[in-house]
Amino acid sequence: MELIYEGIVKAITLILTLDPEVLNITWLSLKVSGTATLISLFLGISAGTMLALADFPGKRLLVSLVNTGMGLPPVVVGLFVTVFLWRNGPLGFLEILYTPGAMILAQAIIATPIVTGITVASIQNLPANLKLQILALGASRHQMVWILIKEARLPLLAGVMAGFGGVISEVGASIMVGGNIKGYSRVLTTATVMETGRGNFDMAIALSLILMLLCFSVNYLLTRIQQRERPR
Amino acid sequence: MLFLTIFAGTTVPVAAAPKALILATTTSTQDSGLLDVLIPIFEKESGYFVKTIAVGSGQAMAMGKKGEADVLLVHSPDDEKKFMAEGFGSARRLVMHNDFVILGPASDPAKIRSAKTSAETVKRISKAGALFLSRGDNSGTHAKEKKLWKSAGIDPEGQKWYQQTGLGMGETLNVAAEKKGYTLADRGTYLTLKKRLGLEILVERDSSLLNVYHVIEVNPAKWPKVNRAGAKAFADFMVSKKAQGIIGRFGVDKFGSALFFPDAGKKPESLGM
Repeated sequence: MELIYEGIVKAITLILTLDPEVLNITWLSLKVSGTATLISLFLGISAGTMLALADFPGKRLLVSLVNTGMGLPPVVVGLFVTVFLWRNGPLGFLEILYTPGAMILAQAIIATPIVTGITVASIQNLPANLKLQILALGASRHQMVWILIKEARLPLLAGVMAGFGGVISEVGASIMVGGNIKGYSRVLTTATVMETGRGNFDMAIALSLILMLLCFSVNYLLTRIQQRERPR
Repeated sequence: MLFLTIFAGTTVPVAAAPKALILATTTSTQDSGLLDVLIPIFEKESGYFVKTIAVGSGQAMAMGKKGEADVLLVHSPDDEKKFMAEGFGSARRLVMHNDFVILGPASDPAKIRSAKTSAETVKRISKAGALFLSRGDNSGTHAKEKKLWKSAGIDPEGQKWYQQTGLGMGETLNVAAEKKGYTLADRGTYLTLKKRLGLEILVERDSSLLNVYHVIEVNPAKWPKVNRAGAKAFADFMVSKKAQGIIGRFGVDKFGSALFFPDAGKKPESLGM
């Protein structure tokens, strides 16, 4: 118990004194996971909408695959991305292993199926006749898709939160492809693992608390947007 | 593949600086904090950007074998000799040593405190069936531990009292402390974590418990992408007077004694290997 108390005190001290290393680590966590989430939104919402609206043989299989992908284990993603990005691997020419860029790549791969899956469910959950109605009012196909996405924005924002929450909290992929390099690719989760290994439990607890605070702030912001736009 | 390429394309702006150098090393050098002191000095002097990947010695050498690291700082002498013999390294130099210690709870259920040698120690542990926590991760510490069992003619694999954590040194020490088991650790990591552990040094100062660190430059002849100049610069730095002085002083202010002893230029035999 005493340790948790020490951790809380340490977390408050680190935040109040604006500890430069912790600030950097926090900022990098936000930057990496934020960028990865944005990429996954672009890919996931496009793919999810297409998947929800199109009809083709094997659709159920594909949706099942996407839904399975929502639980893609980060270490598995980390391992495959590492092997691909090795200097002598198929994508070695990119020279991005052990960089924040590699972490964004891995996290985007983790988040994209989550966003895709939730998008499919959100769009399919809209009233079935809505699509016909919009088209009947003279909208083009592009306009129709855009309106559908706008209509589904509440569950889609939940998808954003799930995607971001999935990647900001994962450690397996980040430590493998980023390397936990001090001042360069160290994020809150990898730093927590390292401080635990070093026996600095108070620091590890402090970093965990900062991570949870960061998650809460981002989700609070997104929830505000989500709830404000609730159609009355 | 296309999928991956699209992703990678978006991340190019944050790609590595051209003078990056990959150092694969053991967890003990990172967990003790030694590299946090040495690396910034080297980076400032040389202009290289060091990407320190702290893994076990086994994994570090595996990375070297695949050309995925430029320079290694490891402590698994038998495997290192094999690594060099197979031509994976172009140079291997002695950097420093400390020693391993056998730790356990103060109650010492297997009565190893009075054991004269490390071989006798592990015999007593196995006879008593007392819990022993192994790293189990092919690290230098794990290699040393396997050697101890072998020298005593015991095969602990699969025994109920023998558990492998598969974790780093710090984490394994935490597990041993929680479970009140015996374990083998390098003195540096133990001293760093000592305050919270409640584990005691029960056997030490046996010549078989020596822990020696070498710096190895990965052979660019095998893997042309290896940063040869950077690896040499780092290895030269590690055996330089300046770095050796820092190594010898590291930890004195915090623990009252040094965690590592600088050995550059010495023959390994002079350490009693």
